[in-house]
Amino acid sequence: MTGCGGDTAGGGSSDGGNGGDAPFEVAKDVALTGSPTFDKIKSSGAIRIGVKEDQPGLGYLDAATGERSGFDIEIATWMAAKLGVAKDKIEFKAIPSANRETALANGDVDLYVGTYSITDKRKKLVDFAGPYFITGQGLLVQKSNETIKSEKDLAGKKVCSATGSTPIQNIRENFPKATPVEFDIYSKCVDALKSGSVDAVTTDQAILLGFASQDPDNLKVVGEPFTVEKYGIGLPKGDTALRTFLNETLTDGNATWTKIYDSTLGKSGTKVEQPKVDQY
Amino acid sequence: MNIITDNSELFLTGFKNTGILFIISGFFALILGTIVAGMRVSPAPAMRAAGTFYVNAVRNTPLTLILAFFALGYPRLGLPSVSFMNAAIVGLSLYTATYVCEAIRSGINTVSVGQSEAARAIGLPFMKTLSLVVLPQAFRSVVPPLFSVFIALLKNTTVAAGFSVLEAGAIRAYLSERGEPMLPGLLWVALIFVVVVLGIMTPLQRYLEKKWRVAR
Repeated sequence: MTGCGGDTAGGGSSDGGNGGDAPFEVAKDVALTGSPTFDKIKSSGAIRIGVKEDQPGLGYLDAATGERSGFDIEIATWMAAKLGVAKDKIEFKAIPSANRETALANGDVDLYVGTYSITDKRKKLVDFAGPYFITGQGLLVQKSNETIKSEKDLAGKKVCSATGSTPIQNIRENFPKATPVEFDIYSKCVDALKSGSVDAVTTDQAILLGFASQDPDNLKVVGEPFTVEKYGIGLPKGDTALRTFLNETLTDGNATWTKIYDSTLGKSGTKVEQPKVDQY
Repeated sequence: MNIITDNSELFLTGFKNTGILFIISGFFALILGTIVAGMRVSPAPAMRAAGTFYVNAVRNTPLTLILAFFALGYPRLGLPSVSFMNAAIVGLSLYTATYVCEAIRSGINTVSVGQSEAARAIGLPFMKTLSLVVLPQAFRSVVPPLFSVFIALLKNTTVAAGFSVLEAGAIRAYLSERGEPMLPGLLWVALIFVVVVLGIMTPLQRYLEKKWRVAR
């Protein structure tokens, strides 16, 4: 799509970059014991990973080609490869935010990789490996907008986010002068922003950057992140063996992480350091 | 129980907005439904045609679609903007009025022709025949179906959660982001709905049925 970057990440938007069929080396004879989730993956030979599919740059499903792309998808594919599962054996499932804990607890998915913020309350229901990315709440506005430059300019503005999401709860609590608008998915908010029925869309800046890069002529991200969100890999509660394994993979895989970042979120040229994992 | 006390503000706001949606939409649906029912039995063919067209066009259109039109489509028409709450009220009223209309019309059909013939014989015009003679009798016989319509409306209000109204249907999404377990949260919401239906709506229906009972 952009193709203007250097040649390090291959420049292609699809998986043409690293030799096509094997972007990540699939591990053989994975030494991981005491993990019920991994035992299930091993016996079936496949892994089910919960993802988002409406977040360009992070987790996105191209409806026309059926191709999934984004930073989260690549992280998920990498983790699966380290667990000995090739890309064609990954079953991606789109799980909306509200159903993530249930999906993990019920065993509908083995892992969840989809802008899943690590919080203390969620840690009571699921376990997290990572964080593998740190971002924070940002603002997306129309390119022509000159009045909203940061979160301080939200008084009297209509601010849109997903129903009940952390950013909209933050707006309700800490920005009482802004008018919250809620739709079930972010793309509806972006649509409302383009049509002018809302003034700004707010959620994690990483997600907003993805939307902005899809339509750089009409949209822009303004200000600095004003909260801290740490994305983790969700896994069933109590599977410490798997969590430790994934954390070690992230820690040892700094080069791979950087490569993934550069080929997805980093396409615009931004450089970010991989966050240190938190083996709690 | 912790869920509801820890998030009491959320539950209160949610059900307050559900109540507002229900009462205001219910009020407008009852008025509009009665008017349209009157149109559909009126002697003027144009009125009958308009009423019939409205009912048949709107009835059983998915409510989500109607609300999506008012919340997402309407702002693009460049007309004066309305809040999402009002948009939801308009959508719910228009949707529910068709069912109210049909329930009342079936009640009108139970009033024997002799009643309106007698009303006309003493010189009452159509509007008076309808409002003084036919409708009071019709309403008595349609209390049960009307209450079904209004209980459906009460539960239908939750659809507005998808269109930027913080009501009971949105509570689950909020709880989930706050890291609360989802099933107990959902059960509390469901329980409150059950209590409202069994504790308020059903007794009210029974009371009205008794009060307006006619010996046949």
